[in-house]
Amino acid sequence: MNFLNYLISGISLGAVYAIIALGYTMVYGIANMLNFAHGDFIMVGSYIIYVLVSNQGMNPIAALLISIVCCAGIGVLTEKVAYKPLRNAKSRLAVLITAIGVSYFLENGALLIFGSNTKAFPSIVNWSGVTLFGGQVKIQGTTIVTILASVIILVVLQWFVHKTKEGQAMLAVAENYGTATLMGVNVNHTISITFLIGSGLAAIAGALMCSAYPSLTPYTGAMPGIKAFVAAVLGGIGSIPGAMIGGILLGVIENLSKAYISSQLSDAIVFSILIIVLLVKPTGILGKKVQVKV
Amino acid sequence: METILKVENLQVSYGMIKALKGISFEVNKGEIVALIGSNGAGKTTTLHAISGLIPAAGGHIVYKGQDLTKVPGYKIVGMGIAQVPEGRRVFSGMSVLNNLKLGAYTRKDKSEIAETLEYVYKRFPRLKERQNQLAGTLSGGEQQMLAMGRALMSHPDIVLMDEPSMGLSPLLVNEIFDIIQQIHSEGTTVLLVEQNAKKALAIADRAYVLETGKITLSGDAKELLNNDQVRKAYLGE
Repeated sequence: MNFLNYLISGISLGAVYAIIALGYTMVYGIANMLNFAHGDFIMVGSYIIYVLVSNQGMNPIAALLISIVCCAGIGVLTEKVAYKPLRNAKSRLAVLITAIGVSYFLENGALLIFGSNTKAFPSIVNWSGVTLFGGQVKIQGTTIVTILASVIILVVLQWFVHKTKEGQAMLAVAENYGTATLMGVNVNHTISITFLIGSGLAAIAGALMCSAYPSLTPYTGAMPGIKAFVAAVLGGIGSIPGAMIGGILLGVIENLSKAYISSQLSDAIVFSILIIVLLVKPTGILGKKVQVKV
Repeated sequence: METILKVENLQVSYGMIKALKGISFEVNKGEIVALIGSNGAGKTTTLHAISGLIPAAGGHIVYKGQDLTKVPGYKIVGMGIAQVPEGRRVFSGMSVLNNLKLGAYTRKDKSEIAETLEYVYKRFPRLKERQNQLAGTLSGGEQQMLAMGRALMSHPDIVLMDEPSMGLSPLLVNEIFDIIQQIHSEGTTVLLVEQNAKKALAIADRAYVLETGKITLSGDAKELLNNDQVRKAYLGE
């Protein structure tokens, strides 16, 4: 029964990676860049909830909504100020380095405002969870909420991308800016929407992750951000279901390695698996084959 | 005759390179106008400038009395100018139907869009058969038809066609040129960019010859077809 416990908490951790990875993968697919500051939006969103709930005594759900709106706004603003001017730069490294700069800017900003002390994050889930098999398997409320949230987000995103006009515009922009423009799609607007969604999702991921692991520091978002990037690549970067599969797989592998192999080595194992998958299938599990047709 | 598109002294630069050195031409309502010239003459650049994909460094593009040079690219198609881009550029990961729907992105009225879709399917029955197939899985000729159908979905007044015959078999080239003539006969004005000068001149009303960013010849298409200079340079005779 221990195995089941580890598996479920692994799925829950993976669900957090998946929600972060969805933002990573959408921004990569549509804006054609790796937003390495994406993980830090998690931390920013979590600090917003911390301040509103722990300092101001606000209702956690209201605080979460404010955090989502703020992160979405910060995401859109970051793209406009830091990334958009470099969109046509000769080297694509320019925007990558800028993203790393934004990441440090956010981390150092949080360090300046909140200091380096760990803050105790107030859980947004007030439910102790369920006990199964006569107490042998205990599932936390946060775990259940996290898994449910990730499934709902995936379904809504898939619907949005495939069934709405805005979503179709996103797919068009993902394929070719010029041709999308010929259809009448405002590419700048579509990229803004993408950052809005991705950064809003980061706020949700942050709230869920910090509810499960309630210690908040300016570096809280960094490692999950990198792991979510790995998850996005593992699942096939640019693919929404791929991000979900990659995230869950990563969380499960990480948790099971911690439990049965070595907690020190778990990250190394996670990254080794990434390398092996990419050697066998360079585009990731659900990645598209790069088609060149003249 | 009513001029719907008038290009005046248009200049376009890529960095230090002047791709268009001040070209002027016009398209009248109901015409097929061909822009012919060899590779690198600036044909595609001209169409990109009209569609607002690249900025003009000088000159004017006047469409129905309005200067387009300051209009953002995404607003152009809604004004009635559609483009069939070079190399088709269909959205390969999307279905044929969704490609066509994107063509009508700027239109609001659903029943009008459905009507146009009906028309496009009638014009290109193959697209209807394959409407749920991914566009990337179509053959080159089918992709060209999809790109044309997609442009028609915006219900344009004028269609800019960039090398529609490129990479197609002679049989398909004939089919594509027949379709262009049909579209034209149904009331759409066409600005046709082609390397296949013989075919283009055969269906065009008027034509312009573009050489390294300048227009060197212009006139009635049938006369250009018999012009010695054109025959030597573009018809391989």
